[in-house]
Amino acid sequence: MAPVEAHAAQQQHHPIKLYLLVWGLLFVLSAFSYMVDYLGLEGYLRWSLILIFMMLKAGLIVAVFMHMAWERLALTYAILLPPLLVLVFVALMVSESSYVLLTRLLFFGAAP
Amino acid sequence: MSAPLKPSSMETLPRPSGLAGLAADWASDQRAFKNVSWGKAMMWIFLLSDTFIFGCFLIAYMSARMSTTVPWPNPSEVFALEIGGVHVPLILIAIMTFVLISSSGTMAMAVNYGYRRDRRKTAALMLITALFGATFVGMQAFEWSKLIAEGVRPWGNPWGAAQFGSTFFMITGFHGTHVTIGVIFLLIIARKVWRGDFDTERRGFFTSRKGHYEIVEITGLYWHFVDLVWVFIFAFFYLW
Repeated sequence: MAPVEAHAAQQQHHPIKLYLLVWGLLFVLSAFSYMVDYLGLEGYLRWSLILIFMMLKAGLIVAVFMHMAWERLALTYAILLPPLLVLVFVALMVSESSYVLLTRLLFFGAAP
Repeated sequence: MSAPLKPSSMETLPRPSGLAGLAADWASDQRAFKNVSWGKAMMWIFLLSDTFIFGCFLIAYMSARMSTTVPWPNPSEVFALEIGGVHVPLILIAIMTFVLISSSGTMAMAVNYGYRRDRRKTAALMLITALFGATFVGMQAFEWSKLIAEGVRPWGNPWGAAQFGSTFFMITGFHGTHVTIGVIFLLIIARKVWRGDFDTERRGFFTSRKGHYEIVEITGLYWHFVDLVWVFIFAFFYLW
């Protein structure tokens, strides 16, 4: 068990201040994303702001709260690269959904 | 006959950094995650698989919403509440978001105090985290009962596309289950921390192994992941 102990001792010592800072940032970013809805922004502005705040929040949580920023690169890549493949799946399903929508409009009329 | 070789993979030898280090870690027959314990590596790999599950749910939701010819119900209005006669859009979901983020903050502090071997503060912060988590599940139960009372069902709802109900119940239900399991996980580990199991190296009831404060970080990984999933659900389901 010694190696585990040694690792635990050498690892993930960060000042409380850093966590409080990230916590505050997450609050601010969440407030911003709520404001996007509250102010009733529409269209591409709305979608891009939602995505930006989402990615910033996700990045902060993974990097600091989950300590990914300080992990070995071998683990970071093993965990963070595979989810990117989900984007391929998204692309596939976007094209599939457009096709389904098209066939529904063609064969069932505008409002089934 | 020579004596059996000691497993040398446990030691972290000086290795190249950056991409060369990544290639070196993954190349040849050896342990890839050098200074990461098996417990942490396995939690990460579990979380990766869970990422795919939630990814599939969100993609299913995207496909349903993109391919329907019926207008999608406006989540801003569906989840609005009347507070003191004032109509506030999406307010319950906003509060739930802040509750979950706060729980992530207290969890991160618990991990920090765990590595400082401060068992009282660690256990207290984990209990606060569990309390926030339970609050979140409670608010979700309120949200579900409100929607069910208004007539939302997996096969239809009064405002538009029928798929709204099914995706809503599936995605938030699965996420709520994760939060509930997280609360139970937190309570179990908090009890062990409080009892001083990791200071006295008491053996586990089930595994007969000695525990370490690292389990607090592993619990934390799961908990932060639950928060992370909520970030995506909040963006795609509630705000989009």
